[in-house]
Amino acid sequence: MAIRRAMSGRIMDRTAVVGARYMSSWWRSVQPAPKDPILGVTEAFLADQSPDKVNVGVGAYRDDNGKPVVLECVREAERRIAGNLNMEYLPMGGSVKMVEETLKLAYGENSELIKEKRIAAVQALSGTGACRLFADFQKHFCPDSQIYIPVPTWANHHNIWRDAQVPQKTYHYYHPESKGLDFAAMIDDIKNAPNGSFFLLHACAHNPTGVDPSEEQWREISHHIKAKGHFAFFDMAYQGFASGDPEKDAKAIRIFLEDGHHIGIAQSYAKNMGLYGQRVGCLSVLCEDEKQAVAVKSQLQQLARPMYSNPPVHGALIVSTILSDPDLKKQWLKEVKVMADRIIGMRTALRGNLEKLGSPLSWQHITNQIGMFCYSGLTPEQVDRLTNEFHIYMTRNGRISMAGVTTGNVKYLANAIHEVTK
Amino acid sequence: MRPEFTSPSSSSSSSADRRLNALVRHLATPSMVSQTAVAFSPTSGFHGDSVFSHVVRAPEDPILGVTVAYNKDPSPVKLNLGVGAYRTEEGKPFVLNVVRKAEQMLLNDKSRVKEYLPIVGIAEFNKLSAQLIFGADSPAIRENRVTTVQCLSGTGSLRVGAEFLARHYHQKTIYIPQPTWGNHPKVFTLAGLSVKTYRYYDPTTRGLNFQGLLEDLGSAPSGSIVLLHACAHNPTGVDPTLQQWEQIRQLMRSKALLPFFDSAYQGFASGNLDEDAQSIRMFVTDGGECFVAQSYAKNMGLYGERVGALSVVCTAADVASKVESQLKLVIRPMFSNPPIHGASIVATILKDSNMFNEWTIELKAMADRIISMRKQLFDALRARGTPGDWSHIIKQIGMFTFTGLNSKQVEFMTREYHIYMTSDGRISMAGLSSKTVPHLADAIHAAVTRMT
Repeated sequence: MAIRRAMSGRIMDRTAVVGARYMSSWWRSVQPAPKDPILGVTEAFLADQSPDKVNVGVGAYRDDNGKPVVLECVREAERRIAGNLNMEYLPMGGSVKMVEETLKLAYGENSELIKEKRIAAVQALSGTGACRLFADFQKHFCPDSQIYIPVPTWANHHNIWRDAQVPQKTYHYYHPESKGLDFAAMIDDIKNAPNGSFFLLHACAHNPTGVDPSEEQWREISHHIKAKGHFAFFDMAYQGFASGDPEKDAKAIRIFLEDGHHIGIAQSYAKNMGLYGQRVGCLSVLCEDEKQAVAVKSQLQQLARPMYSNPPVHGALIVSTILSDPDLKKQWLKEVKVMADRIIGMRTALRGNLEKLGSPLSWQHITNQIGMFCYSGLTPEQVDRLTNEFHIYMTRNGRISMAGVTTGNVKYLANAIHEVTK
Repeated sequence: MRPEFTSPSSSSSSSADRRLNALVRHLATPSMVSQTAVAFSPTSGFHGDSVFSHVVRAPEDPILGVTVAYNKDPSPVKLNLGVGAYRTEEGKPFVLNVVRKAEQMLLNDKSRVKEYLPIVGIAEFNKLSAQLIFGADSPAIRENRVTTVQCLSGTGSLRVGAEFLARHYHQKTIYIPQPTWGNHPKVFTLAGLSVKTYRYYDPTTRGLNFQGLLEDLGSAPSGSIVLLHACAHNPTGVDPTLQQWEQIRQLMRSKALLPFFDSAYQGFASGNLDEDAQSIRMFVTDGGECFVAQSYAKNMGLYGERVGALSVVCTAADVASKVESQLKLVIRPMFSNPPIHGASIVATILKDSNMFNEWTIELKAMADRIISMRKQLFDALRARGTPGDWSHIIKQIGMFTFTGLNSKQVEFMTREYHIYMTSDGRISMAGLSSKTVPHLADAIHAAVTRMT
């Protein structure tokens, strides 16, 4: 006891000396992390002073004035919510109402699977959170499995499954020469993967390429995935945004359901309801029966609890308010179509302008591709020129966010692209 | 490539139809059959088997499960003393007036959009949160040695911090107090740390086992991470005195133990924000490093909005900046960027001195109501002559009281008196009102006298 007191006396002298100089940091060896390739683009854009600057980087919708949009149905929903409800914790699985409505969008309004309660579903932190929760679940319950990820894909997909410690492989997807789908190679990869592998599929509006399989191709993909006993996990971040019709955009999923797959789906309201920063989404896993769905849901909750306990309530309330009110839902569907149509219009305009400029290259892919992004085929060097010489910001893989194109900047953009590619 | 045939494609076809479909399609393409190395593995969807068939149902979360059970109970006298969510005297959830005001301001501001936040969240929110917990005049803040990132309430902040530590810190063990919030071990384990405990609560005194605490921390390997409840320890309500905190600090610095503070009740314990941050500020004043997880769930009543912040105090500014960049790499594959709504409310309140003052007043009122409930319960038990020393009810601090009741007694109280609480004997004082104190006192009295 006396020794301890004596020691603590000395220690007090040492620790009483304040100042960073006397203590070294535990973190000196921490390396500065590289900037996120996608979100870093917007940072650079914001720092640019040029009046001509154009941001076709991050996939957030802009109206024809280049402004972010809050949907009218969302504003109305918020008005109804404000001041009326408390902010209590949601259950770990999130808003039951929101999840119910969300499943209808993916599985079908009158889906038997929903009626049979075969779907384990929880509210998740947008698409990222849904993918991450699934990846963690996959790691826990199929620890020997690996995930096959398309080339290319949204960069964060790799991060998500890596952080979940699920080994990843890739499968052929984009065909650079045709700027379309490398279908034969994709089917080969499906056939050559060990039985029972997990495959990540973009349900519609593939990010970053905008290249989607046709309906016939989806049926074949489904067939081969089934034959190998693979697990199909769909990331659906753009339902409604691709064609303008959410039912149409869910076609791939519906085909897989018809074929009897037990799929998983990550859904996001970031784009199609413009709820980006609210982080609203849903993870669902189709099970054999209700009992299994209950078990799976309980385990998903067990993974959510040590990550964030329960999901944020505000965005979920907006979604459930809109989707459970027929008028608001109708309004939403209209607004989604407007957004999708504007993008389709900009694709036509961009291609048209490039052709008018007499570009020697083919720009057909601009209108063939679908959804928010266009995989332009520009090289990183050409992208750098666009940024340095023309103040046009996009990710270095040549991905153009069509949502950032407006009638005001499409000519400028076409000109610039022509300049660096002619 | 595919032969023509029609198949019923309605989404409402039965599972038998679906299987028949698939079979037909399969048999209709003999060329494919010969090409395809068909392997009907047991996990093939064709057989109706799921790859997750083996998943068993997880047990209910012990804390959140209490509310589930409570909700099922039809009794008119039922009382929910489970989850730590504040209730008014009328037993209602409480949205602070200043929060409503802030929400209305945000709603009326047509220029606001719902775009993605940066990965680290709202800059203003982060800055103000750091000031709130460390003090606006904190040398660490002045010297830019603090990095603060917005996270999903306390849980999210702990998880992000723990994941960072698991990747970048040389020691992968965290010491947590015995007992602690039920979710703590899971958060750290899933983040990749291994969990050990240090003695904390003394059941015989219903107070702090200070000797045990010092011994256990004293024998921890140098550099180990130590979880500390900044104030209002959950579940016991037992906090070290300031003198004891100073001793803990000295011991920890001498062994280079890394403090990880969980601050979920700033302002709720004593009613004073600065007082409740004293323990943390001691560890910053000495120039050393620490992690702090902050939650606005209770003190701003923002529970479901999931608002919190993780701060890392470093010894140098460039280090803080590097740490922040690595925190972003943890966050991006977890949820990309944090939810905007709740943090916007907090920033609105913290940056406006009038609203800030309003908040402190409402916060003190909540804390005072809880303190008054403690007094009332203590008096009620004394009036009933309930055997035992119940002074811990008024000595403990914060939202919870560790009654000392055992799980049998708790079960009895639930069964006979419809009182819902966690089986460790923890009651949320916030769930009590002057009207319901007598009922609880009756229940405790009965449990103590009829069950041992």
